[in-house]
Amino acid sequence: MAEVLVLVDAVDGTVKKSTFELLTAARQLGEAAAVVVGAPGTAAQLKDQLAEYGAAKVYVAEGEDLAGYLVAPKAEALAAVAAQATPAAVLVSSSADNKEIAARLALKLESGLIYDAVGVDGAGNVTQQIFGASITTTSKISKGTPIVTVRPNSFAPEPASGAAEEVAVSVSVSDAAKKAKIVDTVAEEKGSRPQLSDASVVVSGGRGIGSADNFAIVEKLADSLGAAVGASRAVVDAGWVPHAMQVGQTGVTVSPQLYIAVGISGAIQHRAGMQTSKTIVAINKDPEAPIFELADFGVVGDLFQVAPQLTDEITKRRA
Amino acid sequence: MNIVVLMKQVPDTEGDRKLDPQDNTVDRTAVDPVINYIDEFAIEEGLLLKEAHGGEVTILTVGPERATESIRKALSMGADKAVHVSDEAIHGSDAVATARILAKALGTVEWDVAIAGSEATDARGSVVPAMLAEVLGVAQLTFARKVAVDGSTVTIERLTDTGYEKVQGETPAVISVVEKINDPRYPSFKGIMAAKSKPIDVKTLGDLGVDAGEVGLANAWSQVTSFENAPPRQAGQSVKDEGDGGAKIAEFLASKKLI
Repeated sequence: MAEVLVLVDAVDGTVKKSTFELLTAARQLGEAAAVVVGAPGTAAQLKDQLAEYGAAKVYVAEGEDLAGYLVAPKAEALAAVAAQATPAAVLVSSSADNKEIAARLALKLESGLIYDAVGVDGAGNVTQQIFGASITTTSKISKGTPIVTVRPNSFAPEPASGAAEEVAVSVSVSDAAKKAKIVDTVAEEKGSRPQLSDASVVVSGGRGIGSADNFAIVEKLADSLGAAVGASRAVVDAGWVPHAMQVGQTGVTVSPQLYIAVGISGAIQHRAGMQTSKTIVAINKDPEAPIFELADFGVVGDLFQVAPQLTDEITKRRA
Repeated sequence: MNIVVLMKQVPDTEGDRKLDPQDNTVDRTAVDPVINYIDEFAIEEGLLLKEAHGGEVTILTVGPERATESIRKALSMGADKAVHVSDEAIHGSDAVATARILAKALGTVEWDVAIAGSEATDARGSVVPAMLAEVLGVAQLTFARKVAVDGSTVTIERLTDTGYEKVQGETPAVISVVEKINDPRYPSFKGIMAAKSKPIDVKTLGDLGVDAGEVGLANAWSQVTSFENAPPRQAGQSVKDEGDGGAKIAEFLASKKLI
């Protein structure tokens, strides 16, 4: 059975859920083979986790030059693995870094690229949702090795045992790939909330929150659910939260199991970034707010009463 | 410092955007075309760099004839001149072909940095700047929320999920900027008048030495085989808060096994 390569994403030695989703998808398409690219010692921490999600092989491309530069060395490493493995397809999760790696890989392999897929089937049909999820397209790659970036939460991760046979791949990074050096990495978000782009639960606040200080209401609700925190454009424009938290047409697109919109009216620009969420709950004082047209469950009321009560209820039920 | 701003004309996101059922490409007649919203930040960043470091700002657009309207608007904001690659054969090109055309077009002007918006609101790929850097073999400095230039060294703050990365490279470099990096200016009356006489160099694929057999829909490396309008989401249940709104949501979430 042909191999399907999955580029592994990990943070601090823990494989991200989005990688498990892709390993699950890869098993439906062929034999799942994980690709670890990074500084020496990266794969050792990840191998057992990858085995638990059915990785038959783990390609390991490690080197000092594979960290510390923007995307280009990783694309070279992935190209080297693809040359060795001749896979049926390459899957990467749709993060900013990974989409750029896939972009470069497409040129290196002279292969078609489809980005932000929400589905891939065994016949090579790739589905995407475009124009704020108002249209679903089906596409096929006609050249080379199909390269597909897949949106987080598109597949449910299912554990399966895999041999995780380690295959070392040697990579020499070219000078051309070392032209953008990462000189510093700065974390601005406090605490340990999940990342917005691939969280299973997202709680977002809108203009109705009223002030930066009041945003704690949204954060407390999010924390009671172990959720990521998002915001509407109005809130970001007002400077209450950083830009990275913006959900919408020009911000992050999310598709979690549960999306709770607090004090968000639901302008088209916001809906475009969240309307494929599996379940949507809205709290807004305006019964005419467009967000209620999308919501599976809506409460028309004062968010300053409803949201804290919900936080308390969840905390109580989880205790 | 000579700056090229890569600008795309897109269908207005406020309109009801459609695909053309004839060939499954973006229907550019269904909705009024506008400058890609995020490219306005790229134009402004180009103008700011020119004001700080001198040089010229050139707008580079690959697109149909009608893109001239958007190019004039960019010139009225203060850009000096434009290159417009316009050729029937480009219709339906994929990101790879677009990047290759841009690379050839950049060969016709003097440039130190090429600045794009971090994504176009129609395709939302965010892949062309990386592809362009790959084709040209130059530094890729993308998703910048801040751009600083010191001689030939460019340092950006790349927006990440958790904060930012400081990324550094030498010119020539391909930069992409995120929205809100600056506050794009409105064209002044004087700017609008001046734009009318600014040069727009229209190039065909032949002028750039690009083989028409490498671009366009027929030569794209992937094809949209079909599409359908997503069924509109059905509104569920809404209740008025009677003092138990939060508890009601919790009940709903529990019934769905979400808590």
